[in-house]
Amino acid sequence: MLNCKEIIQTIRMIKDQHLDIRTITLHVSLFDCISDDPDRTALNVARKLADKAGNLKATADKIQSKYGIPIVNKRLSVSPVSLIGAASGGYRQIALAMDEVAKKVGVDFIGGYTALVQKSMTKEERDFILTIPEVLACTDRVCASVNVGSTRAGINMDAVALMGEVVKETARLTADLDSIGCAKLVVFANAVEDNPFMAGSFNGVSEGDCVVNVGISGPGVVKAALEQIRGESCDVLSETIKDTAFKITRMGELVGREAAAELGAEFGIVDLSLAPTPVRNDSVGEVLEEMGLSVVGAHGTTACLAMLNDAVKKGGTMASSHVGGLSGAFIPVSEDIGMIEAVRAGALSLEKLEAMTSVCSVGLDMIAIPGSTSAATVSAIIADEAAIGVINNKTTAVRVIPVWGKNSGDVEFGGLLGHAPIMPVGKGNADAFIARGGRIPAPIHSYKN
Amino acid sequence: MKAIVSVIGRDRTGIIAKVAYKLYEMDINIEDISQTVMQDTYFTMIMMISVRDDGPAIGEINAALQSVAAELGVEIRVQHEDIFNSMHRI
Repeated sequence: MLNCKEIIQTIRMIKDQHLDIRTITLHVSLFDCISDDPDRTALNVARKLADKAGNLKATADKIQSKYGIPIVNKRLSVSPVSLIGAASGGYRQIALAMDEVAKKVGVDFIGGYTALVQKSMTKEERDFILTIPEVLACTDRVCASVNVGSTRAGINMDAVALMGEVVKETARLTADLDSIGCAKLVVFANAVEDNPFMAGSFNGVSEGDCVVNVGISGPGVVKAALEQIRGESCDVLSETIKDTAFKITRMGELVGREAAAELGAEFGIVDLSLAPTPVRNDSVGEVLEEMGLSVVGAHGTTACLAMLNDAVKKGGTMASSHVGGLSGAFIPVSEDIGMIEAVRAGALSLEKLEAMTSVCSVGLDMIAIPGSTSAATVSAIIADEAAIGVINNKTTAVRVIPVWGKNSGDVEFGGLLGHAPIMPVGKGNADAFIARGGRIPAPIHSYKN
Repeated sequence: MKAIVSVIGRDRTGIIAKVAYKLYEMDINIEDISQTVMQDTYFTMIMMISVRDDGPAIGEINAALQSVAAELGVEIRVQHEDIFNSMHRI
């Protein structure tokens, strides 16, 4: 029998601490939509998505009402479009079909405008990547991602160089909206195939036909739990985080299984990531400060984040039969009030954020940088992050926004994407290094130091 | 199906009576009830209810209770018991 204290604890988590299901993402395979005719492929894609996702919003609303837990986003994710459109070359038509279905079925983002080029790039994949800026400019809900490195393959530096250009061109084409197109473009190393979070979600080639993956949230819940144990040792800190992560994840599992059954889909995974929003008490930055930092970005931040990330994983893995996705703590600057304030106060730099990405998921995320930053420097930022991921056998990513025509001040992206102060990039350049191209070989796995 | 009705707000007369009467109107049985008043004014009531398979959905019960919530000036939630079980029971 449940007791009052437990019931009140759950209600408080939802009511006061912003506990919610961040996203129910329906992953759909598009391999049966391929044809050599661009229009026919796009039509097949539209039909399949409308068929599979027609009930997504109604299902989410029903579960939300049954359990009284907010389900913030309903999303779609598809097989990498670089593969689906290769036979016809109709990448743009597929993107337009995806955007239209997303609007029709009421999902805010659809991921999977994706290429996996960690080892090498075919001519078709290069052609595909070159369509990304225009597609992000002429669609509203399509998200793109490109995987440029992996621990097994090394880093494809030709792709890294190309992505610097693509990020800059996307910024230029969406200049009138503070380069918002770049907020829908992620460059990965070691991308995962079952990530439900945008903008980097896609349905991996080894995934099923129709799979429900769930992303949970809960930085506010962790912060509230830590407020009760101020001054206690790191052992207590870690146990408290684990305990909280367990409870949050159990709820994600319940919702994911029910959504999958209702939609006639397979239940995939729960992604344990602590995902912040730009409101107070829903911030990973604030959790880190509650752990004992005067401000996020201070010395000690990397250690706190490492413990937080690890404890979340330990608590969550026991709570769910299948954990996957990115699973850790996100540190997107523009989407986290604690991070935004730390940047404004001059306490958090790009260099410190880079160090933090070596111990958490995912990478340099939602960071506005000066519009004058060169394509080669964007590529160099991508190369640095990819190196951290490839050497440490973890996922890393870059989602930076070189705000066209602006070099300082604040930019507003709106909604969950939040707002961010433009952060300066490092002095000097890596132009000659990026111009080399080729491939950084896969790392050795012995003699680790 | 079992669900939890929670009422949170400032204490006043008639909270239990009005919530229970609304549930009675929908032919819903109350299996357990507990209440506390914190700091003399903050009222919390938890009810475990059982709803027949052919009875109303949780969304409908919730909607019906919102008129009572508005009248009493309290917050009322109805949630399937599984959300609490999943979180607090292994």
